[in-house]
Amino acid sequence: MSEPTADVIDLLAGVERGSALDRIRAQRPVARENAQKSWAALFEPEEPGTVSALERYAVAAFVAALHREPATARFYAEALAGRDAGLATAVAAEAERGGAEGPYGGYPAGKLSAEDKPGPVHRVSEEGRRVLGSRLAAALEHTHLLVFRPRDASAAALQALLDAGWSTTGIVTLSQLVAFLSFQIRVVAGLRALAAA
Amino acid sequence: MTETVLTHPDNQEPTVFTQDELGWLPWLEPYPADQLTDRHFAGLVDPARAKSDYFRLLVRDPDVLQARTETDKDIFYNPEGGLPRAERELAATAASRFNGCIYCASVHSRFATVHSKRGDDVQRLLDEGVGADLGERWNAIVAASVALTATPSAFGTEHVRRLRAAGLDDAAIADVIQGAAFFNWANRLMLSLGEPQVRAQG
Repeated sequence: MSEPTADVIDLLAGVERGSALDRIRAQRPVARENAQKSWAALFEPEEPGTVSALERYAVAAFVAALHREPATARFYAEALAGRDAGLATAVAAEAERGGAEGPYGGYPAGKLSAEDKPGPVHRVSEEGRRVLGSRLAAALEHTHLLVFRPRDASAAALQALLDAGWSTTGIVTLSQLVAFLSFQIRVVAGLRALAAA
Repeated sequence: MTETVLTHPDNQEPTVFTQDELGWLPWLEPYPADQLTDRHFAGLVDPARAKSDYFRLLVRDPDVLQARTETDKDIFYNPEGGLPRAERELAATAASRFNGCIYCASVHSRFATVHSKRGDDVQRLLDEGVGADLGERWNAIVAASVALTATPSAFGTEHVRRLRAAGLDDAAIADVIQGAAFFNWANRLMLSLGEPQVRAQG
């Protein structure tokens, strides 16, 4: 094994050792350690299963770009570009096309229907599909749904992933990846604001 | 292994936010209970979770589930300093209300009520939404949780200053941030891997 990866949230939020933010994070030491373990389980898994490292970084670069948090967007874009520059360009182009402001989504018909807020459905471009392939294109379309329209999720959306070659376990990993990043990016954004205020 | 989705055409989904106990039905096959290994049980953290379809689905990737669960427990249960438990649950409820996760909101609104004894205010958050007037301290926590939950995040220094003015120290504000951020993780799993179910109240 190489050196353990530095704490990614500390890195992205600019938490210096001995700083006020460092002491605040130290108050939730198990959360700090396990946010990093979650990152490691997703990006440096002991058993990668059916989801390749390239797929994981492509999805991460897409999620981070959609959230427009500069430090995390750059981190995952560079990580992907270092593995496959062409793929990084295609993912960045899809994120550019897919920009939106969530959360959107509908509710089961009833009283809450008054709060339904239809949002954009992302379809990967033909050009993007040629670079990404159908499996990764399906993953990015599902990722866009999870990022912006989480309450529009459906069994049919999961069937689209199965049809594109994702396994049941692979879908769990993909879902965790998008959901974890939705957490990580917000912790980074929140801690940066806390330090700046 | 089943590689098709599970559907529940006869399920009665809740159509309002509620503090009642709800069920949850998976759209993908949970890992078979009789095939769980030590690694799976480590991922479940609490062996009783083997009874839950939700956790037996997530345990298909056990290392991520284990780290997710330990993160969750420390953010919400660690008693050292920071925000009182009731208000950590309020942040979780506000994020879930804004994202529209009826199941997550039901669980964490119940916890918010138990720990705050302010069940009517919690219910107003569920009924009226994230603009409900719950008094300035709770309003500030809800507003911060909602801003952080927007995609892209709309959380800024103005939210931090409002929380400080409402009496929160920076450790408590970090709990608001981590509590709301964590529910952006939890909501997306709960909403996208299955559906909530109204259960007969007994």
